[in-house]
Amino acid sequence: MAKLRAIVISGNGVNCEMEMAHANRLAGVDDVRIASIYDLLSGDVRLDDYQLLNMPGGFQDGDDLGSSKAAANRYQHAHAQGADEPIQDQLRRFIDDGKCIIGVCNGFQLLIKLGLLPAIDGKYFQQQATLTFNDRGRFEDRWVRLVVDEQSPCVFTKGMHQLELPVRHGEGKIVPADDQVLSAVKERHLAPIRYADAEGNPTQDYPANPNGSIDAIAALCDESGRVFGVMPHPEAFVHRTNHPRWTREELPEEGAGLAIFRNAVKYLKDNF
Amino acid sequence: MAHRIEVVFQPNQVDALGEKTAGRIRHDLHLAVDHVRTAQVYTVDADLNADELRDLASGPYTDPIIQDYAIDKSAIDPSPFDWLIEVGFLPGVTDNVGRTAREAAQVRLGRTFDEGRSVHSSIQYWIKGDLSDEDVERVASELLANKLIQRWTIRPASQVDPAVGLPAVVPKVGTQDEPVVDSINLELKNDELIAMSREMTLALSLAEMKAIRNHYRDKKVQLKRASKGLPFDRPSDVELEVLAQTWSEHCKHKIFAAKIAYEYEGIVETIEGLFPTYIKALTAKVRKNKGRKDYCQSVFTDNAGVIKFNDDFSLVMKVETHNSPSALDPYGGALTGIVGVNRDPFGTGQGAKLCFNTDVFCFAPPDWDKPIPPRLLHPKRVFDGVREGVEHGGNKSGIPTVNGSIVFDDRFLGKPLVFCGTGGLLPAKVNGKSGWDKTIKPGDMAVMVGGRVGADGIHGATFSSEELREDSPATAVQIGDPITQKRMTDFLLIARDKGWYRFITDNGAGGLASSIGEMARECGGCEIYLDKVPLKYHGLRPWMILLSESQERMSLAIPPEHWEEFHSLAKRMDVEATVVGKFAETGDFDVFFGEKIIASLPMTFLHDGVPAMSLHAKWEPPQLAEPTLPATSDWTALLKRMLGRLNICSKEYVVRQYDHEVQGGSVVKPLVGAHHDGPSDAAVWRPILTSMEAVVVSHGLCPRYSDVDAYDMSANSVDEAVRNAVAVGADPDYLAGLDNFCWCDPVQSENTPDGEYKLAQLVRANKALFNTCVAYGIPCISGKDSMKNDYLMEGVKISVPPTMLFTVVGKLEDARKAVTMDAKSPGDLVYVVGLTRAELGASEYYAELGLEGPGTPEVHYDDNIELYRKLHEAIKNGLVRSCHDCSDGGLAIALAETAFAGDLGMRVDLSKVPTGADSAWRLSREQLAFSESAGRFVVTIRPESKAEFEKTIGRERLGCVGEVSGDKDFVLHDNTGEFCRVTIDELKAAWQATLDY
Repeated sequence: MAKLRAIVISGNGVNCEMEMAHANRLAGVDDVRIASIYDLLSGDVRLDDYQLLNMPGGFQDGDDLGSSKAAANRYQHAHAQGADEPIQDQLRRFIDDGKCIIGVCNGFQLLIKLGLLPAIDGKYFQQQATLTFNDRGRFEDRWVRLVVDEQSPCVFTKGMHQLELPVRHGEGKIVPADDQVLSAVKERHLAPIRYADAEGNPTQDYPANPNGSIDAIAALCDESGRVFGVMPHPEAFVHRTNHPRWTREELPEEGAGLAIFRNAVKYLKDNF
Repeated sequence: MAHRIEVVFQPNQVDALGEKTAGRIRHDLHLAVDHVRTAQVYTVDADLNADELRDLASGPYTDPIIQDYAIDKSAIDPSPFDWLIEVGFLPGVTDNVGRTAREAAQVRLGRTFDEGRSVHSSIQYWIKGDLSDEDVERVASELLANKLIQRWTIRPASQVDPAVGLPAVVPKVGTQDEPVVDSINLELKNDELIAMSREMTLALSLAEMKAIRNHYRDKKVQLKRASKGLPFDRPSDVELEVLAQTWSEHCKHKIFAAKIAYEYEGIVETIEGLFPTYIKALTAKVRKNKGRKDYCQSVFTDNAGVIKFNDDFSLVMKVETHNSPSALDPYGGALTGIVGVNRDPFGTGQGAKLCFNTDVFCFAPPDWDKPIPPRLLHPKRVFDGVREGVEHGGNKSGIPTVNGSIVFDDRFLGKPLVFCGTGGLLPAKVNGKSGWDKTIKPGDMAVMVGGRVGADGIHGATFSSEELREDSPATAVQIGDPITQKRMTDFLLIARDKGWYRFITDNGAGGLASSIGEMARECGGCEIYLDKVPLKYHGLRPWMILLSESQERMSLAIPPEHWEEFHSLAKRMDVEATVVGKFAETGDFDVFFGEKIIASLPMTFLHDGVPAMSLHAKWEPPQLAEPTLPATSDWTALLKRMLGRLNICSKEYVVRQYDHEVQGGSVVKPLVGAHHDGPSDAAVWRPILTSMEAVVVSHGLCPRYSDVDAYDMSANSVDEAVRNAVAVGADPDYLAGLDNFCWCDPVQSENTPDGEYKLAQLVRANKALFNTCVAYGIPCISGKDSMKNDYLMEGVKISVPPTMLFTVVGKLEDARKAVTMDAKSPGDLVYVVGLTRAELGASEYYAELGLEGPGTPEVHYDDNIELYRKLHEAIKNGLVRSCHDCSDGGLAIALAETAFAGDLGMRVDLSKVPTGADSAWRLSREQLAFSESAGRFVVTIRPESKAEFEKTIGRERLGCVGEVSGDKDFVLHDNTGEFCRVTIDELKAAWQATLDY
């Protein structure tokens, strides 16, 4: 392919854009652009010019109406200046063109509320699940053990088995719309990452499962595996010194979260 | 007509807020409730038709997967409940949810609401529980709402008609005030002048009121005023208010500038101002001593201190207090505290990118069961409110909270202390000029950026310059809006790099009067056009507009040629920017409303006209007798009780709720060890992700020691901060300090009969700061004093213990050399580094036993700094596996924490503890275990490093006291045998139980 170009969307309370861009660069993206949502609204920046879309964590609009609700409303209804389509139509083309999207934490909340995840039967833009308040009713920053579903079609988690990452959220509990959605997620392996106990088994027990998420789900992907949302922060573990026990364990120099971005880069370089 | 949209969780979903509220009613108010359900209410004050209302309700306001909504009727069936409490905001109070709901409505409907059309948020709490009328009133007033900022409605559930719900009430600000300006006659008697100062919350003394009067008696002044068309012989209300703000203790630091006669043992020493004599002087001396190695770049002159980080970046740091607002409204006070201090580094030099926050709180014990004096809140409520305020302020701004602590003492009931700090990174060069410089040229435009101005936060600077009293103004309380501020800072960082502005500063205490008043000193004058200032609502008088401390605003000086591009990007990024004046070299601070001049103050009088104070201090050390120590019968029980003490126990409840990792640079987190729950000594943070260079942040404070001698309080604060930094690997020769004094009123008066003693304590604290910092080679780069931390009402006076927080920032060349405090492996050797002395005065051990006595720890600064350099050498050489500062509770606590954080056992021989000239047998077990001597660490090393480690540190200053073990037993013994054996799990449980909410 030509140059692999990634875009990281910032603004309005997004706050992980710097480390997200850093992770993209470390993973081998050739050109990383941090662009504000206002650059999209002004029409100066178009998603069409990129292959990897990053929706980082933060508190868009303060999560005042529920996490990412006001932000989703903006993607759905606000038009870029001079364009006759809402911003979300750019997202639709992005998916149709076979590109990759990653949403972390608040970015995942945005994707799920826009209906991009899990998008069972390819029904994008119909909300099928949500992320809501942790059962404990409070924001928490803690590292969790995660187990990867190796049968998932998710391109971001290929070849991964287990890892540790921090969660930093108050609204991370996944609730599917109904049992059909949940069984489809399970059968089609659309939950590539689950919260796990010390033995590596998915768990509902706090604090290993920090929010009470149904079926211990920590991440979702669509059926193509190219749209991926994850509550724990892979961009927060790109160097061993990020890990909470790095002073007492032998860890590789590279943090385990980076593999997620490397996978996306590999997929895009192979397919574009 | 206004409409109500109510949003609830579907019955089969968890209502986390409802469950949390029910828990707090039970736990905090001891009232029995079955359960609570909540509803989010949006009161939409706009002309919308039924379809549009439904589009909003079903769109941005409701999550269809888990929520339901109702329009103009009750979303919750009242029948299973007993009570309904609905809590909303008072008119004019910042309503972040309402603001976002309004924006979302405009986006959803594709049109802009008319000015004044709005959306307001409120929350319903439906309560099932057998509560009396008084009980439910308590739930509303003591838990759910604060009457200073919120309103509430209580209804028996049976009286709510579900088909109608509650009526829609729009909290609109009345437009009672016309923009009129009064002039004020100061030709009054002394007692009338004093009464006027008090009634107007001017916080001016009689001498200051007279100085103002004299200014207006000056014939030259009168002639000039007459020619400008101002009342010639008296101030306008605008002028008097501006002078009161500018001359307030909060802004002018009059006590630190005062001439002091300090009397001790009959000898009187004259001190020409504490700030120049000690703080400024120590920094000058340290910088001179460092010579070419001086790393200070900007000290005391700007909103924050600046030191060199590397060739490309400077490190900017500031710590502020927000005590008085937090006393009245803990949530809003702390939230504005943190977003307020964010604007200090942001308003330093050309503007720093914000990298980390720190928070330190001083509260009364949360389990307080004695009566609460009028206007004060229960300490648990203060604790929870402050915690949540800092959580929202930090987390929503995307700034990690990396370091902090909480200190408890009964006297903080009178005023809690809320210290908020922020560090930032400033490019060494911005557009070819040094990043920490800024200038203003006559003709530059004075521009206000960010939020709008309302009546919130009026008189903040003067209010915090007085004791908390019956008529303290409620308008001083406000709520911050981190998202509006984030939008503003996102935009301004771009504007900075474009070089569109010349000067930037914060709009904090004193509002525009203070920010533009200070800026005008750069070029010698300004004109302000108050009618141009964008308002939240009509009805503000001109002096209010000038003084309002409404949040989320910066003031800038912009050359006219850059205004267009600046303004156009601001608009594009949804940030309000307005030209509100112009800088000039007239020598005057002139204020206009429309065509009319309403204030004109000579810059020299405004800034230098305040009469200097002259104060007397007298030091008489408290007479304390050496208490008799009881023999300890059960060491295990004592150790567990000590670990569970409020000032020692785990603060994980608070730390977990702060994002301490956002921005990706975390190296040493606040919680460390095998299970991520050990108490870290300091934060290590990489602000530049492509570099391994790290910032170290730590602090020290020990208000208890002031009960014996504030000299030791101050010296130990500095030493503790330095120890903490050195423990994680900071270079002791590359540290900078920030001093934050929080004192009780030290000015002798009828209300403060012990003012001379309190002032002597302040003098001694400053002497200690000078001596310790000079010995350690630590420049103070910034600081703040808050001098009126007293409560006075109905004859009850509560004064906080004299407190100085010392914050340290430093550097670690390679983050991979950082050390954490947890024991690492069985077989590692345990060392105590630094000498233990019999120093139990004001210790946690005495407090546990209810004892008082002399003998606070003495800081042997010359010995200590030498030791710290050696320890740093050992850390750099990779000899140290764990290192833990030894402070509150002494060695026994530090050893236990080291063991259980590592999930490993430990055997310790206390008779091996190094004690210097005093040999160990002359100290009792209790003294060895719990003495709080300064300058000590608990260190573990690999057995094979023994020789090299001992050689590096020097054998006379360390003792190998034991070994880390693979079992879970924590064992203390001495040469007479074993006296304590307990599992680390039991110790950790005792340490964690106290604040496990």
